Formats: sequence, C-alpha cells, structure tokens
Amino acid sequence: MQQIIFAIVTFAAFGFAAKQFLKIRRNILLGKDKDISDNAGERWKNVLLIAFGQKKMFKRWIPAVLHLFIYVAFLFTQIELIEILVDGFFGTHRFFAEPLGALYTVAISSIELLSVGAFFATLIFLIRRNLLAIPRFQMDEMTGFPKFDGNMILVLEIILLIGVFSMNGADKVLQSMGAEHYHMTGNFAVSSWLGPALFGGMSESALIGVERFGWWLHIMTVFAFLNYLPISKHLHIMLAFPNTYFAKLQPKGEMENMPEIMNEVKSMMGLIETDPDAPMDDLPEFGSNDVMSLDWKNVLGAYTCTECGRCTSVCPANITGKKLSPRKVMMDVRDRATEIGKKLDSGDMQWVKEELKAEATTLTKENFDDGKSLFDYISNEELHACTTCNACVEACPVLINPLGIILKMRRYEILTLSAGPGDWVPMFTSIENSGSVWQLPDARDKWAEEATSKN
Amino acid sequence: MSKEYKIPTMAEMAAAEKTPEVLFWVGCAGSFDSRAQKVSVAFTKILNEAGVEFAILGKEESCTGDPARRAGNEFVFQMVALQNIETLNLYKVNKIVATCPHCFNVLKNEYPALGGNYEVMHHTQFLQSLINEGRIKLKDGGAFDGKKITYHDSCYLGRANGVYEVPRSVLQNLDNELVEMQRTKTNGLCCGAGGAQMFKENEPGKKRINTERTEEALETGAEIIAVNCPFCLTMMSDGVKAKEKQESVMVYDLAELILGKM
Repeated sequence: MQQIIFAIVTFAAFGFAAKQFLKIRRNILLGKDKDISDNAGERWKNVLLIAFGQKKMFKRWIPAVLHLFIYVAFLFTQIELIEILVDGFFGTHRFFAEPLGALYTVAISSIELLSVGAFFATLIFLIRRNLLAIPRFQMDEMTGFPKFDGNMILVLEIILLIGVFSMNGADKVLQSMGAEHYHMTGNFAVSSWLGPALFGGMSESALIGVERFGWWLHIMTVFAFLNYLPISKHLHIMLAFPNTYFAKLQPKGEMENMPEIMNEVKSMMGLIETDPDAPMDDLPEFGSNDVMSLDWKNVLGAYTCTECGRCTSVCPANITGKKLSPRKVMMDVRDRATEIGKKLDSGDMQWVKEELKAEATTLTKENFDDGKSLFDYISNEELHACTTCNACVEACPVLINPLGIILKMRRYEILTLSAGPGDWVPMFTSIENSGSVWQLPDARDKWAEEATSKN
Repeated sequence: MSKEYKIPTMAEMAAAEKTPEVLFWVGCAGSFDSRAQKVSVAFTKILNEAGVEFAILGKEESCTGDPARRAGNEFVFQMVALQNIETLNLYKVNKIVATCPHCFNVLKNEYPALGGNYEVMHHTQFLQSLINEGRIKLKDGGAFDGKKITYHDSCYLGRANGVYEVPRSVLQNLDNELVEMQRTKTNGLCCGAGGAQMFKENEPGKKRINTERTEEALETGAEIIAVNCPFCLTMMSDGVKAKEKQESVMVYDLAELILGKM
C-alpha cells in the first residue's frame, strides 16, 4: 500500500515539477538566440571554481561558511534521497546499508554531521534576515513575496532536518530493540545518541510511527521543495551551474559590439560596399526594451538570481541613495519574463500585436504584445544612475551581469526612443561634430604647443 | 630635465619617415581639461626624459567614443571609433599608451571588433615597464617625499581590466607610505564619473558618489590621493574641495608623482 501511494506521489511530484521547469526553460528562451559555444575549457573551470567551489562567496566569510554547510549537506543528502526513492518504490528498508557496509555508516554519519551544521546555519540565516536586519535584506524590493520566499526556504530546510533526525533517531532505537526489518547499520554520528535521548522508552509501534513520519516528512518536503523551486529565488541551486558556464569571459569593461550599427556607419563612411537594393528594415529597433530583445543569457541570469543583494550593497549609486538597485533589475527581468510566460500560456488572442491580429491563429512570442515592456518595471531614473563601474558584476557569487541589461536598455532609450537625459545631448553632438566630449574653441593639441613653447 | 622637451605628432613623424615606439593617446580630458592637461604634460616629460620615441595624433585624434557608447549612443560611438581606427591604421600604429583608463579600455577591448588591433597599455603599466627597464631614474628626495599616499582604483583599470597591482607597485618606488582605503581593489568604490555620469547631473539621492569616496580617502589620513584617471582626478579634487581640505590634501595622477621624483 505504502509503495503504491509512494509511486503515485513521486510521479505526480516529478511530473508537475517537470512541467514547471519546462516553462522556466521556455521563459529563458524568450530571449534572443546567442551562440555561446566557445572556450569550453575555461567555462568548465568557472563552473568548478565558482559554482561548485563557491569561490566568490568567500568575499564575505560569515555567510560563505554558513552557506557552505547548507550546500555541502544538500549535496551529500542526495545519497539518502536516492535511497528513499529506492526504498519507496521497492518496499525495502535502507537499501544501501547492506551493500555499502561500513561505508554506509560513514556516509550517513557525514550527512548527519553536515545536517547539524546546516541546522545551525539555517537558524543563523533566519536571525540575520529577520532580527539582525542586515541592510541588504531590508531594501524596498525585499518586501512581500521576496521576503516570504527567503524565509520559506529556510523553514523548509528546518522541516527537512526534523524529518532526517526523526527517521534516523527512531531507526536507531528500533535497531537496538531488535525490531523486525530494522537491521543494524552501525553507529550514526548524531542519531545514535539523539535517538535514544528523544525517543528512548517509546513502544515499538510508536517508534515505527515516528520513523515512518520522519521518512515521509523528508521525502514530502523534498517534493514540496522541488515544486516550490520554479516560483522561488531558490532556483539558483540548479541554474548557478549553467549561469557560470555561460558567463562572459571577456574583460568586464568590454561592451558588446552592435554589428548592425557598425555596418551601417561603415557604409555611410564608404568603408564597405552595400547593396543599394537590399531591403531596409522600416522600423529598426536597437537595444532592449523587453525580455524578447534581451538575449537568453540575460534572462538565465534573472532566473539564477537568489536575491542575496551583494550587487546592490556595493553599487555606488545605491549606496548614495539613488533609486538604482542591480538586484531589482534582475528581479524585474525575471518577473517580466514570468508575466509574459503566463500570458503566452493563456493563449489569449488579445495579446497578439494589433497589426497581426487579422492573420494570427495562435499567440506566440513573435507576435506577442501586451502593451507593456521592461520599462514598466525598470524606470529611466534607475538606468540613468548607473556609473558602469562593474561593482555589481564583480560582487555576484554566480556571475550574473546586471550591467549588461542596464546598458542594453540605455541603448533602447537612446537609439530607438531618441530619449535619455537631456544633459547628454550636447556631449553627443560635440563628439559627433568636433570629435571631443566638450565643444571647445581650442585645437586638440593646443596643450602640447603651449607646454613645449614654454620650454 | 636635460633633454629637449618635444611632443611630436604622428603626421610629423610620418613626414620624417620615422615610426615612434609608442603612440600617446591623450584623450579629451588630457587635451582640454586644464587639470588633466597637467597630467599629459607630466607624462610627456617623463617620456622625453626616458628617451621614449613617442608621438601624439594631435588634431587627428578624436574622442574614443566611450561616454557615448555607455550612454547608449552606439551611432556616435561607431562614427568616432571607425574614424579613429582609420587614422590609426593609416599610420600603422602598433602600440598605444593612454593616460585615461576609459580610452585604454575602449582601445584595448572594443576596437578589435571594429577592425582596430593594437597593443594597448595604460600609462601606469607603461611607467612600470620604464622603471623596470631602468629607463626612468628616480632621484633621492622629491617634492612629495614622506607624504602618506592612498591609491584610488579607477573602475576601468581595476574591475574592468583587472589591473590592481601595477599602479601600486609603481607607487612603491616613491618614498611614501602607501595606505589603503576601506574599499579597495576589486571592492574599490567608483568616483561617480563613469558611464557618462561625468556629463550629466546626478540622479536624485542622498549624497554625491565622489563625496562618499572622498570621505573614505580622507579617513586614511593620507595627504595625497593618487589616481590613474582624469575623471577620477576631477571627481576626487571636487570632493576634497567640498570637504574644504584642499590646503592639506592633494589629488595627483601617478605620472605627476613619478615626475616629482625624477
């Protein structure tokens, strides 16, 4: 009976999660195509050092060590999780214990020790978030769901640990009583004493109840977590790996070229031949105003962001009270991508571009237009406050690049909307007309003439 | 100063059928900003003294396009950039040194995609190589000796290009105590000028970025704030003035500090 229920619940949990993960994938691919297939060696090195190795986390020691406990415990717990799945499907009990022998005891003991570390780390994280009021967790964008989300993950983590220790603790007591099916597994580092301390003296049936409760609580929390992930900032546990793999390898200062504009200017300057009969785009759009005009890598970054706020806490604009917060930029891109995804799922033809309504039969990302854009989420004031200093890019532990998005939106504002800060206009005109950022009557080499004539 | 002080142009060099060792990219600030002009003068004096055959483009140099590109105006960027590349390629320039890290970054990282491939150095890197090769002789006793120096990382030399140690090792050659600010190297705080902020009013906020950074520099007790960028120079100088510390704290480019020791 338990096996049948388990199989149904497991397939339902995985099935539902898979459906949601496919939607996340679809949302990421709302972004434009971009080929990132170069330098595989260097990219794997980034994955190893930065995602697996957490190298950049260690720019701040306290959260890095706490996070490391939870992270390593999470990795090791997979062994126990696989065992639960095997046991669940086949009705076995601690399937790995016999084939692994002493190694099993070591493995479970390691998981237990790491779990104790993770338990305290989780408590400290809850305290940091809610009682210590660490500034980066208290900003405007961290109210409402993001605040709930941050705490929810931590609470789930604690529930999971309660499951682990009820299951192992009761098991140890049952083993010592010689209960049927509860074969000896050797001493576990924590539950060998925690079990008797908590559950010693209970009847066999009560203990079996506790053990089954812990077992089911563990796996159900995992399933809940799996299905919560797609709507949570916690997706970083998966997406940190592809995001570091696909991260920019060029120097941070290098901005992406725009070949379409380069070629147009080259042809204007007579540097390249252009086909005069080539069809012209009647309304070319440059830069990005929405998820569809970012590239998929930008959107991947948005779904990878775990809202830790290290970027915002080092942003010079944010530090000095400007509206810009790089974290909010990432959250906005994700929220917008999710909004578009939901509208696409609805298939509602009201979201088809006005001029295509007559011919369109289905709603697609190509004909989508809900009258909104990323500019409804990210204001010009935020974009204009950026000094392009790359502090946010440097700070991100998983190599997200908020600056790339800010610059693309600035391009849209200037090139497509012909808008932007009025102060910039004289600078543009001056560069265009006199080749200098300031319009000045002097010759560019006057300083040199004056300096050498003084000698 | 013994040698004759000259600042030849590439056109003059080409007329004399000479190829200079390096092209000095002066930049808009170095050409027109009265404070940054002094850095251009100091750097060219060092080059003269070290016997480096160099030239400038003079009237043929244009803005690299950095602020236009970062503001979002790719058209204006491409126009000046392609024009500069035409000029540089015409003179068959191989090696460029820039006193402005914004120019340095664009020339080094962004011109290749447009067809301009050069070996590009920032002047702090060039100074370091001149010192290493023994082409710059530093004397005992200098105008700034004994003064405490703090070094401000510019974003475009630092994070943008990962150059943190070279300018510091240049400063090690001076007889000065070097003190670090709280936020330094990869964590260095911007002066507030980059991303075309130099050319617009601040967005509404509580404080100017250069004030925040200057306060941090002043906390070190340094008498000299050393910078490597003409825009940081302006921003930090303004910050020092706003704090009414201009009598006791000076802001200098690294080239000026080295020249003071020659």
